[in-house]
Amino acid sequence: MLRVDVRKRLGEFSLEAAFQSEGRVTGLFGASGAGKTSLVNMIAGLLPPDRGTIALDGDVLDDTATRIHVPPYRRRIGYVFQDARLFPHLDVRQNLDYGRRMNALAADPAQHKRITDLLDIGPLLDRRPGKLSGGERQRVALGRALLSKPRLLLMDEPLGSLDEGRKVEILPYLIRLRDEGIPMVYVSHDAAELRQLATQIVMLRDGRVTSFGGVKVLS
Amino acid sequence: MRDNPVFDITPTEWTAILLSLRVAVIATLVATPFGIALAWLLARREFWGKSVVDAVVHLPLVLPPVVTGYLLLLTFGRRGLVGAWLADHIGIVFAFRWTGAALACGVMSFPLLVRPIRLSIEAVDRRLEQAASTLGAAPWRVFATVTLPLALPGILAGMVLGFAKAIGEFGATITFVSNIPGETQTISSAIYALISTPAGDAAAMRLVLISIAIAFAALIGAEWFARRATARLHGN
Repeated sequence: MLRVDVRKRLGEFSLEAAFQSEGRVTGLFGASGAGKTSLVNMIAGLLPPDRGTIALDGDVLDDTATRIHVPPYRRRIGYVFQDARLFPHLDVRQNLDYGRRMNALAADPAQHKRITDLLDIGPLLDRRPGKLSGGERQRVALGRALLSKPRLLLMDEPLGSLDEGRKVEILPYLIRLRDEGIPMVYVSHDAAELRQLATQIVMLRDGRVTSFGGVKVLS
Repeated sequence: MRDNPVFDITPTEWTAILLSLRVAVIATLVATPFGIALAWLLARREFWGKSVVDAVVHLPLVLPPVVTGYLLLLTFGRRGLVGAWLADHIGIVFAFRWTGAALACGVMSFPLLVRPIRLSIEAVDRRLEQAASTLGAAPWRVFATVTLPLALPGILAGMVLGFAKAIGEFGATITFVSNIPGETQTISSAIYALISTPAGDAAAMRLVLISIAIAFAALIGAEWFARRATARLHGN
């Protein structure tokens, strides 16, 4: 369960959001500038809230009242960015392995195979990110986040930088992933995308939660 | 070729050449970790007195070298504040030793070493560092596995520039450690001694040609390294 109750001022913009989600896939829906990315960055620990609390499965990650701020590298929260952010100096295999190495996890060839199969990235392992298409890059980024064995997966418009054709290419992988059961927070400004993926919706507007509930709040 | 005086390098000249190389290599290797640390601080941290630190690093670039050399003599000389302490407690003596020449060269080349490293660290995409931290990398591991390898072309460029400056350094070195053949006489100070000696012209010319050759080799080598490193980073 993810519990968020935070306030943050960023220049002129102020974000004030509170929600609690039991859903497997929490969809953060809103126009650009609504504060979706700031909110996800706070859940990841990249952006500390000015005030408030964030807790995941009863584990407090942020609590400004007791001065708790767990840094991102200790949160075990995976993050798939809109712009993939693969490490350009490492090949695909090393990118995929990065989280496992940093968390000092034992090698898990079965898991590695399952995820490379799930995302169809087996043939790309020896390539450099510079030689991948946008869709391939996004799949590798997804695999990299998953292989760090996160407790929660954040996805910030993972299809945002792709054209329609590429989106159709990635969406089935995301649905497969949802059906694997890993909890996710999925950010999008595309209602159709969220209808296919999300089980719960948090609707954001100008830094405030305007509605919360099942996918039907999208209509 | 034996009777052409331009190619007949004497043992004294060899000593000066090897000493120059040793001084410049040691100065560069010792200065590089400090240079990387400082470049990172200047590129990534805000702290009180940052502009003062930045100015002090660049000071050897604008001060007359003789001033830097004299200041080194006052601080690191046998009776200098730091020099006396180091000699008594650690046994390192800089005054009139080749180590002093290396120190002078390291200080003089430091600004040239730091600048390209700082620029290349500033150019590393911080979003990649964020991605690394969400994958479980603690800050020092982010630095070691993402920032440092991505800044490598700049680090190499800084090392080469620093080396080139160190091997050509003259003013601060001769002020601080004098011009002792076999101990502190580098190529530059040997040339200086030779051109003020009657009939030293041929020997001076030999050393001039050698310094040109070393400079060329360093620049071409640097270019090659930088191109390879850059290609690696861009995933080719």
